[in-house]
Amino acid sequence: MAKFNLFSEESNKSPLARFWRKFKSNHPALVGLWIFIAFAILAAAAPLIAPYGVNQQHSDALLIPPSWHEMGDVRFILGTDDLGRDVLSRLMNGATYTFGLSVIAALITTIIGVLVGTFAGISRGLRSSFLNHLLDITLSIPSLLLAIIIIAILGPGLMNTVWAIILALLPQFIHSVRNLIVTELSKDYITAFKLDGASNWHILSRGIFPNIYEHIVVIFTMALSTAILDISALGFLKLGAQPPTTEWGAILAENLGLIYLAPWTVGLPGVLLFLAVLSTNLVGDGLRQVLKARKAD
Amino acid sequence: MQPLLKVQALSKSFNLRAGLFSRRKFDVLKNISFCLEQGETLAIIGETGSGKSTLAKLLAGADSADTGQILLDGTIIEDKGIRDQQCRHIRMIFQDSEASLNPGLTIGEMLNDCLQYNTNLDKPSRAEKIRATLNKVGLLNDHQHYYPHMFSGGQLQRVALARALILDPKVVVLDEALSSLDPSVRAQTVNLLLKLQQDTGLSYILITHHLSLVRHISDQLVVLDHGEIVEYGKTRDIFQNPKSKVTQKLLSC
Repeated sequence: MAKFNLFSEESNKSPLARFWRKFKSNHPALVGLWIFIAFAILAAAAPLIAPYGVNQQHSDALLIPPSWHEMGDVRFILGTDDLGRDVLSRLMNGATYTFGLSVIAALITTIIGVLVGTFAGISRGLRSSFLNHLLDITLSIPSLLLAIIIIAILGPGLMNTVWAIILALLPQFIHSVRNLIVTELSKDYITAFKLDGASNWHILSRGIFPNIYEHIVVIFTMALSTAILDISALGFLKLGAQPPTTEWGAILAENLGLIYLAPWTVGLPGVLLFLAVLSTNLVGDGLRQVLKARKAD
Repeated sequence: MQPLLKVQALSKSFNLRAGLFSRRKFDVLKNISFCLEQGETLAIIGETGSGKSTLAKLLAGADSADTGQILLDGTIIEDKGIRDQQCRHIRMIFQDSEASLNPGLTIGEMLNDCLQYNTNLDKPSRAEKIRATLNKVGLLNDHQHYYPHMFSGGQLQRVALARALILDPKVVVLDEALSSLDPSVRAQTVNLLLKLQQDTGLSYILITHHLSLVRHISDQLVVLDHGEIVEYGKTRDIFQNPKSKVTQKLLSC
């Protein structure tokens, strides 16, 4: 029947490939992705690439400004704090806590949220409405406040902060996933898939998830930026990470007294926090735009 | 002789919320009965809201009836809302073929899933079956690597047809499946359907607004009005001599 091979394999762009091509054309989002990847590498490898130890004190070099300043020292590129600790090393290690733990918190939230959200999405009647309305109540409380309440019960500490953030982010996540699944379930192709003889598991794994995982990634980025802000806010309020842990919020709080004397010890963690949240939001926004554009065509 | 498809006293009602706690029963289909022979086409026409699409869903198994039976080749496949889940002899083609295809799977994967869930064929014979079915509906073998968004409307209709035919059904339900196509593509698809009917003895249940199409391909006609059959008989007889007012109105416009 087919005499000619008219269609080459390469032109069969899968939805994922189309997604990436559209995402690439959005330059701010792409830059955001690079920064995001840089933070991820930093979070994973900071102890190996940091020039000094986190709590290594240099008694000959207290409060040295960054190296581009005329009083600066090239040994300490971003200067030192009042105990003679290298700011660069501390900030690099801070990525592990602020960024890395946020990613882990957001990932755990995603796993639990997808599981519970799926269950809420496919269940009907009393169970479904129970889950929904229970979650609606918690949705009315801001996540940071919820995290503070949970910290008040668990007690301060970095790991408690992570659990608090996971618990605070979960309701919103479950809600979003549930809504996605319910919209997807009502579509024609799911009915058609059911008529093909697909079981509930097939409907979820082959019918729904291939079509909503991009949405889940978008929700993940939103959860991540909230987690970064919450973890550092709790660190700043001395409810989360305790000094000398190098969590950025904790560094900020620790050096707040030095703001006039050594502004770099306060400004630089702030800049990093800003960049971390900005890059996450840029990536999330880029993903959202691609999703919207894909819906339009 | 036993007809291929026999529908007996099929009824369906929905519960509508009338007030805070009270519910109102709304009868969508009342006492629907008809028969369909092998190789024949039955058309169902009626106004919007007359229960045509609900009937299509009931026949295909996407929804279950309250009372009544559906018999296929003398065996009961639905009795009072309990459907034989293994039965794939009645297949449906949806109104919007793009919406009825999973955007995340290629056509080949989708057809492969169909076969995997319902047959014991091994991998090479599934691939062969997919190839044969795609050729049957006038698509190329290479199309199985395509995603639904890469097809045009007419091609999507063919894909939907391939999906219906791959399980070798006896009856295909077309729920407004041809309405969204432009005239030339519709003519093509209709010719394809008629050719398949000649070759394999397929039966169609055609649900449409399109009267000239009904006249062209259907052997029997059911006129629905508010969930009831107001007229049922040979298409030619009804077109020449419509008895009820509803039919006269439908045919005159």
